[in-house]
Amino acid sequence: MRLLTHNMLSSNIKGVINGFPLRIEAEKVVIKEVDFNPDFIKNMFSKIDWKALADASKIMGYAELPEEVPDHSVLDSDEFLQKFHHALLQLHLEEGALVCPETGRRFPVNKGIPNMLLHEDEMNLDATCTSSASNP
Amino acid sequence: MSSRPELQAPPEIFYDDVEARKYTSSSRIVGIQAELSERALELLALPDDGIPRLLLDIGCGSGLSGETISEDGHQWIGLDISRSMLDVALERETEGDLILGDMGQGLGLRPGVIDGAISISAVQWLCNADKSCHEPRLRLKAFFGSLYRCLGRGARAVFQLYPENNAQRELILSFAMRAGFAGGVVIDYPHSSKKRKEYLVLTCGPPSMSTMTPSAKGEDENSCSDEESSGDEENQTVCISDRHRSRKKQKVTKKGKTRSWVLQKKEKMRSKGNVVPPDTKYTARKRKARF
Repeated sequence: MRLLTHNMLSSNIKGVINGFPLRIEAEKVVIKEVDFNPDFIKNMFSKIDWKALADASKIMGYAELPEEVPDHSVLDSDEFLQKFHHALLQLHLEEGALVCPETGRRFPVNKGIPNMLLHEDEMNLDATCTSSASNP
Repeated sequence: MSSRPELQAPPEIFYDDVEARKYTSSSRIVGIQAELSERALELLALPDDGIPRLLLDIGCGSGLSGETISEDGHQWIGLDISRSMLDVALERETEGDLILGDMGQGLGLRPGVIDGAISISAVQWLCNADKSCHEPRLRLKAFFGSLYRCLGRGARAVFQLYPENNAQRELILSFAMRAGFAGGVVIDYPHSSKKRKEYLVLTCGPPSMSTMTPSAKGEDENSCSDEESSGDEENQTVCISDRHRSRKKQKVTKKGKTRSWVLQKKEKMRSKGNVVPPDTKYTARKRKARF
């Protein structure tokens, strides 16, 4: 799983208000080469939660990204884009877990695939129950 | 349609190792999946500016549809409930990221980050109640609600689906509308039983010119793209014309097949999506006697 996906994922458990970002427990990290595409990276920049990405890449053993949110001018620097590209697309979490920041529930990551399946009692359906019952 | 996989077992059990293997070994399945996902991408109508987008593939399975996305140069995240299918996707070394998850539990994604979503033959699974805790309406609501949140404004979602009947199609569509989507059903080749394919094309945001439902393939008038009832009407007209076909009329056609009849027949086959040789000056000509 790339950090791009980690940056999009949030915990979906019932009652959790802010399930983002999921804390990473890294056991095995692999690096896979990906073609560098500046257009995609620039397009993604505005959608990325920077703090989550910087923290996650640090846990994965890559501390090159700046702590504070950089402004748009850095997008012209090729060096920055390369670092951003590496953190976003090339760092893969192969084995480990994602942990919900509120409940502490562990979502295991196995062979790069996070298991986000919820148990019956964690499903976030009850909030919608009342409204749909009234207009079947 | 007794062979619908939806009627046999829940998806995480039906798509076991054996079934998942078919999605790499059978060239027929691979071909169909690629064709479906190409058409879905076409309907997604992403802006043609060469910038790769982040797409969501719901029910990505073994990543066949994802491969089509990768070929178009986009990045994707795939979601599926079957671990066996995802293992096959790993073997195929697909480029997108894979998540084991249930779309009926809602998608746990941040709001507004996804540029588009496709799904090939998956959404109709939501209409099943495979466990005691499953309630199709709630699952549909959770799915469409969470999808609407995670898509950016103006983003599209295209679902290829096989609804079991009209009621199921209406149910799916009504929950999509309730979540705030605009759009409708596009039916390709509505006259053909084999090549007929349905796509649910949804757009985030209020109805406007950009949310118009695209036109379908293989239909002459715009009767089908309209609403879900059109399929019904089609059937009705066929029934009526059948009932009124008199014997006299059949005798007339026996007399000789004129050029206009042949051209009409070929046009009909074309509308079904069949491969038909082009019309030339030789079309419907008689052979020489010595032949």
